[in-house]
This record gives sequence, C-alpha cells and structure tokens, in this order.
Amino acid sequence: MANNVFVYCEIEGTKVAEVSQELLTKGRKLANTLGVQLEAVAAGYQITGNVESQILPYGVDKLHIFDAEGLAPYTSKPHTAVLVNLFKQEEPQICLMGADVVGRDLGPRVSSALKSGLTADCTSLEIGPHDDKKLGKHYDNLLYQIRPAFGGNIVATIVNPENRPQMATVRSGVMKAEVLDPNYKGEVIIEDVAKYVPEAEYVTKVLDRHVEAAKNNLKGAPIIVAGGYGMGSKEGFDMLFELAKVIHAEVGASRAAVDAGFCDHDLQIGQTGVTVRPKVYIACGISGAIQHVAGMKESGIIISINNDENAPINTIADYVINGTVEEVVPKLIKYYKQNSK
Amino acid sequence: MSLKIVVLAKQVPDTRNVGPDAMTPEGTVNRAALPAIFNPEDLNALEQALRLKDENPGSTVTIVTMGPGRAAEVIREAMFRGADGGYLLTDRAFAGADTLATSYALSTAIKHVCPDVDLIIGGRQAIDGDTAQVGPQVAEKLGLNQITYTEEILSCKDGKITVKRHIDGGVETVETALPVVLTVNGSAAPCRPRNAKLVMKYKRALAPMELVPGTTFAELPYADQYEKKPYLVLGQLTCADVNADLNQCGLAGSPTKVKNVENIVFKAKESKVLTGSDEDINGLIQELLANHTIG
Repeated sequence: MANNVFVYCEIEGTKVAEVSQELLTKGRKLANTLGVQLEAVAAGYQITGNVESQILPYGVDKLHIFDAEGLAPYTSKPHTAVLVNLFKQEEPQICLMGADVVGRDLGPRVSSALKSGLTADCTSLEIGPHDDKKLGKHYDNLLYQIRPAFGGNIVATIVNPENRPQMATVRSGVMKAEVLDPNYKGEVIIEDVAKYVPEAEYVTKVLDRHVEAAKNNLKGAPIIVAGGYGMGSKEGFDMLFELAKVIHAEVGASRAAVDAGFCDHDLQIGQTGVTVRPKVYIACGISGAIQHVAGMKESGIIISINNDENAPINTIADYVINGTVEEVVPKLIKYYKQNSK
Repeated sequence: MSLKIVVLAKQVPDTRNVGPDAMTPEGTVNRAALPAIFNPEDLNALEQALRLKDENPGSTVTIVTMGPGRAAEVIREAMFRGADGGYLLTDRAFAGADTLATSYALSTAIKHVCPDVDLIIGGRQAIDGDTAQVGPQVAEKLGLNQITYTEEILSCKDGKITVKRHIDGGVETVETALPVVLTVNGSAAPCRPRNAKLVMKYKRALAPMELVPGTTFAELPYADQYEKKPYLVLGQLTCADVNADLNQCGLAGSPTKVKNVENIVFKAKESKVLTGSDEDINGLIQELLANHTIG
C-alpha cells in the first residue's frame, strides 16, 4: 500500500492554480510528518511539458499527468474517473484539493465513489492521534480537518478514522505557497488516459466559456477596507470604495454584506470567501463572525469601526473606533487627504 | 416532453441570524434559539424546477427532504409554490449522518420514489454546513452526471439540457443529456411567492410524523378531508421503506467524525480605543502616516 499524500492540481489552460501550489506546500509538510511521499495529479490538455515546473518545485516526489483533449476544460465525470481509478490503484491516505468551483464539484463525487470522508473549506490541517471512546480504539497519525462550523459559531476538528483517503478541500489563500527547491527531482508519469477514463464518461459538452482574471486584487492588497452588514446598503459601500481609492486600498466585505446584496460576491473575505493577510485591515461595520475572522486574522494592523463596542472583532483589533461608519469613514477620508500632502 | 423532477430540499437552522443565545453556556449549539427555515438555495432550485414544469406540461415536481417530523414544513412550503408533492425521509437510523451518509439515504429514496427521474435539482449548499457536497455525492451514487453552480437553465428539450453556470472568474455554458443532477446558486432567479389557491388547497397537508404521537389522521378536526383528498397526507419514508443498508446510514455510515468542537475565543489584543471625534480620527491618521502603515 502506497499510503502517500496526494494533491489534485487544478489547471486553467497550462497554468496551475495558486490554491494547488498552496496545497502542495501543505501536502509536503504533512508528508514529512507522516514519513511518506507527496504525489500530485494534473489533468488537462497539452499540459505535458508545461506544468511540471509549476508543480515539482514544491517538493513533489511523483507527478501523474493525464493529458487528453477531453480533460480540458474541466468537466465532472472524466476528472472523477481519473481520481477514482488512480486512487483505487495508489491508495493514498490523504487527498487535498482547492475549495473552489472545480474542487467542490469534484471532491464530493470522488468521496462518494470511494465512500471516503470529505471535509469542505478547512482552515487548518494537522496530523495527530485520535481515540474513539465508544469503540475503545486508538488511531495514530490521522488528518485533523479543522473548520469553522455552524454559521461560524464553533470550530470543529473532523477526523476520518477508518476510510481512505482522508479528503479535505481548502480555499485559496488559506495556506501559503512556498517553493521547496526549484530543482526538486520528482518523477513524472505520463498516464494512459484511456485506461482511466472510459469514452462514455465524456458526457458534458462545454459550449461556451468566459474566464476573466480576478476583478480585484484582494489577496495581494497591502491595505483592505472591508464592509459588513453595518454598512446598511449599496450606497454605504460607495463610501468604502471612495475611502479605498483615497488610501490606495482594495474593498472587501463580510458574508453578511454580500448576502444582503450590498456588494459583489467576489469581495467576500472569510472562510467561504478569500483569505487575506494585508498590512492594514479596516473593518467597517463588521461584527466579526468567526468565519470572517478566519479569513483576515493574520492582518498586520486591524482597525475596527463599529457602533457596538462589544462587537467580537474589537477583541482582535489594534484600534477600536467606537462610532458609526457614516460618521467615521468620511472623517478618515478627510484627514487622510489633509495629512498626506 | 413531460419531465419527472425531484427537488432536494432541506430545513435548516437560520445560521444567518445568530443571536447571543445561539450558544449554550456549555458551548453547544442551542438549536431551539434558531428559527428553522427552507434552505435558501433550495428555493432557487425549486424555482428552476417549477419553470421547467411550466414549460413542459404534464411534468411533476416532487420534493425529497430528510429530517425530523417538522421538516415536512418544507414540503408544504414547496407545494404552496407549485410542487406536486413530496416525501419526508425520516428515521432514527438516519440521525448523525454526514454528507456521505445523507447522500446515500437521499439516493436510495430517489430510486424508490422516482426510479425514472429526469432531473434532480437542489441548492448548491445548505447554510448550516456550507459544504456543497450532497448534490454531487447523490449524483455519483446514482451514476448520473451533474452540473453544479447552476445560474440558469437555458433550454431543456429532446432529452438534452443546456445550462449556464458560474465558474471561478467567469461563466460557462454546458450541455448534457438527461437524466442529470443540478445544483443551483443563490444568485439564480429567486423563487416565486406562495400561490394563494395552492395555500388553500394544501394548508392542511401533513406528514404522519407531524401528528401527536399515538394519534391518527382520523382523530384530527378535519378527518374527512384526509380521506377525500389523499394528497393531504404527505409521503413519508423510513429506512426500511427505501431498503437502505443500515451500515451506510446515519452515524454508522459516516466516515467523518467530529473529534472535538470548540467555542471560539478570540485571543484578545491590547487595543487602542478611540471615539469618532475629529480629534481622534485625525490623530489616528497622523499616527498611521508617521509610521508608514499607510500612505
């Protein structure tokens, strides 16, 4: 039994997704802790010769390449067949994938076919022991899949004691990508796609496809102005865009603000949105549900503007401004303009 | 062409409106403090199903939901909006199910109530778990193709369906053959409101589980209605009814186990507390500019 750690690499054209590189970095660490190898899976079209250099340097010991016309763009069934059949043969103990549209489409199918456990949107992954008190059984070296749950009111640690692989999805930006060695010598295996994917699996035709580069640069922004439900309206957000423009920041939002329709979905910061690590995070009318905090707690300086002095976010803020956003945000704009000249 | 459509719906605690009493002092979730609602994206799913029914006369929309007796509320709610009926999948054996065990139970129920289903439509995810896993897991268990993140069904005819879906950073239009499982985004068309005539027609619909234990429909004030109008007795299925393998249901069929649950306590930082006065804001800006935090 191979028992290695696997990462499914998501590929757009010939570019490996950042989230996959983040997971390769994490996967390498998990593999080291477990004393096993890290393997990666890349499936797409005309990717051979293009993706190796984006994958191996993260410390990948074995890269399985599936290169066939029907594998790009991504559709559910062929990619499911790739992983299910590969995993039946290789028996990984852990499989990680990005918690984006592709990973969230693919992960559950694979877990359903293999009857293995899958935990979505993990914010932390660790290795540790587990005792099942009911069964009186002890397990070593399980994957702790840690995620906020139940509307972010609790943080749960999930384990899959019996079933393999232990599967988890992680959002982009939650883990950090770090090249281990630019010349890392990993083995590349060009797999025979037809052996894994029967012709009958190619059942979805992609008629039309528009992908644009992200409209915002939240992930890399040094300063973020984020608005919550307390902004009250779309117009409230206009004020944040103005502040952001003045201080050269990007605008983000909490889920409550997105759900209320105050701003675009891709501005969402938090467990089910983007994870950010800016130098300065200005939280405007954000109470600080744990899912939101999960996505911004590593910010350098946190400034919270809230009229509720007991807002949970205030406990992690470096500066707490007790006041309404309507009062404070225009003043921030005004005094920045005055002082920065 | 008439279509057989199953809508997967879930009753969920409204985690979006969590008050301070949502957690007990022991750190467990106080479900009683959270109102139970129709999972929002399942309503978007229902709308897509009802539109197909409108366009394809003779089609049926059947709700399948899993939960305790009170979850039958979602079946009634869906019928008020145009669904034809539904089944409450309820059994102690289903308790404690993770997504895999849930999808197993739902897939056995679908095989039982609608073996020749054309479309299974559900919300992308439920707000109490946010996993988005059950739809694809049901599809895999039934050996069906899936289209997740559906925004709109563009056409559905001659056994083929064309769907616009959201992908990361864009949109995609895909075509596939029926039968298929769709999961629908919250940004898709909102569900139509209740129809007054349908509310009148179905307001007394009940699942057997909703009766006071030990009583029967015959003891209800409008007992004759349930005899004359069989559609007022909602479908109800147990583990045995759908021939489900007990080892794949509930806690026993769940590979994921909750190791522990922590109430989150933020590590408090020492923070500077300011007011919204001109003086304080001006001072803050000057401080941040002086130490090059901004600017």
